[in-house]
Amino acid sequence: MTTTAVARKPVRWSRIALHLGCLAALLVMLYPLAWLLATSLKPADEVIASLDLLPSHLEWSNYGTAFEGVNDVSVWRLLSNSLLIAGGAVLGNVISCSLAAYAFARLRFRFRGPMFAFMIATIMLPHHAILIPQYIIFNKLGMVNTYWPLILPKFLATEAFFVFLIVQFMRGLPRELEEAARIDGCGPFRSFFQIVLPLTRPALITTAIFTFIWTWNDFFTQLIYLFDPDKFTLTLALRSFVDASSQSAFGPMFAMSVIALLPIVLFFLAFQRFLVEGMASSGLKG
Amino acid sequence: MTTTAIPTARERAEATTPKRRPKREREGAAWVFLSPWVLGASVLTLLPMAVSLYLSFTDYNLFDPPHWVGLRNYTQMFTEDPRYWRSVLTTVTYVVIAVPLQLALALVVALALKSMKRGKAFYRSAFYAPSLLGASMSIALVWRAVFNDGGTVDNLLGTGGWVNRPGWSLLAVALLTVWQFGAPMVIFLAGLQQIPAELYEAAAVDGAGRWRQFLSVTVPMLSPVLFFNLVLQTIQAFQVFTPAFAVSAGKGGPADSTLVYTMYLYDRGFVASHMGYASAMAWVLLLVIGVVTAVLFRTSRSWVFYASEGDR
Repeated sequence: MTTTAVARKPVRWSRIALHLGCLAALLVMLYPLAWLLATSLKPADEVIASLDLLPSHLEWSNYGTAFEGVNDVSVWRLLSNSLLIAGGAVLGNVISCSLAAYAFARLRFRFRGPMFAFMIATIMLPHHAILIPQYIIFNKLGMVNTYWPLILPKFLATEAFFVFLIVQFMRGLPRELEEAARIDGCGPFRSFFQIVLPLTRPALITTAIFTFIWTWNDFFTQLIYLFDPDKFTLTLALRSFVDASSQSAFGPMFAMSVIALLPIVLFFLAFQRFLVEGMASSGLKG
Repeated sequence: MTTTAIPTARERAEATTPKRRPKREREGAAWVFLSPWVLGASVLTLLPMAVSLYLSFTDYNLFDPPHWVGLRNYTQMFTEDPRYWRSVLTTVTYVVIAVPLQLALALVVALALKSMKRGKAFYRSAFYAPSLLGASMSIALVWRAVFNDGGTVDNLLGTGGWVNRPGWSLLAVALLTVWQFGAPMVIFLAGLQQIPAELYEAAAVDGAGRWRQFLSVTVPMLSPVLFFNLVLQTIQAFQVFTPAFAVSAGKGGPADSTLVYTMYLYDRGFVASHMGYASAMAWVLLLVIGVVTAVLFRTSRSWVFYASEGDR
């Protein structure tokens, strides 16, 4: 406070310049989103021929075409497939990661140190190093072209990033409550479910939101595991649009892109505080 | 809230039974809590790592049993496969362009927002949004269109569509990564806000100007966060897939100019069914990421300043 008071006048002008700079940067940043929205409403002949960002009239039929879907699979089907996978992943991550995190944060057991180190190391592990054997395993189990390979790993706490996130959060909780409960005869299970878990809610919400968004956006895993068009997610359906993209399909393709982005935008607007703070804390305690 | 934790008389009586029991019980309980993770870590992480190491010495197409070929996958990769080296060069170029640009932009914006009084939360959220949206297929398709012939960039700069020019296509992919600078920016901003104001005041008293304060206070105090971002973004950049896939419509073109390492790995393993060869590629990627991380950690001793060291 005292430092800014030293030179008030020049500071005010630099403030305005700062805001102008930030707004200009923001316009550039948001251009791709504006372009997406505008193109999704453009008539077919204006998509490439016209240089204007805004369409001459709003072509809502693009959305009608988009809702018919791709490969005879309606958007509703694709949307519910995507939701099913993302919902399963959220449930799996929240349950399995919080269980593992509680053990690492609060309980004593043999090989705790090495196992914790291994867990941290798997955060850095490139997914591709284990991709092929995982594929072979799921293939042997007859699970290729089902949603199991996309959901089951989440129930086994394979996303160590979230285990770490929740461990960090739990370590910050005061131990007194649990100790008092233990003296009163409360075992680790009751202590977990009745004391620690309710207090960990912010970290669980962060885990849930990030899992949802990352699973929703995921492309690679879906690409290798899913073949049937009626099992496709919105992401995969959009991809088959690319393969067959004549210019006339541009409007419907981007209409579907908007539909695919909408859940993320809504999640972002609803939970931005959790997202931004979750991201910030992940970096500071690391 | 604590009413549920109040024990009944019987439970309290149980708690006074021998002292050792709760401890052993806790050890057992720990393994119950850990069981999903232990299963996942062993069956879906450790075992696959071992299997992929084994497969990297075999010829395997998913249907016939693996056939041991010794080091042939590796020798073929390093000496006989120009596309392999092309993909390595493409990936390294991408990492070297995208990561420094992204981090520099993130740092500049974080510094700009740091001392802002009004609108900070708004800008922070708005700049962060692309980090959530950017990994999606929708945005990748927008990128392909905007950087295509007749797209916005072509119209603005008259360079033609970058997507169709071998020298430019990778830059379009890199810019999609740079666009997502919000995540490291948020981490920088949180780091900046943790620097104690007294340090700046002390520096000002000693006659340090803003630039001097930046170099002598901000940079050293922020270096752990900078290091964290550098490691994280570098590791992620080596594994880039979706933007390169979508911008090149799944082909890695033109002329293999966007065929990044993971795309070539996908091509060998899942399109050409050379699972052994792809496993060898995966292990080289794992080792390279390990070495790069180790080098970053080693060099970090000379430039990362951890405040707690000063207490000694």
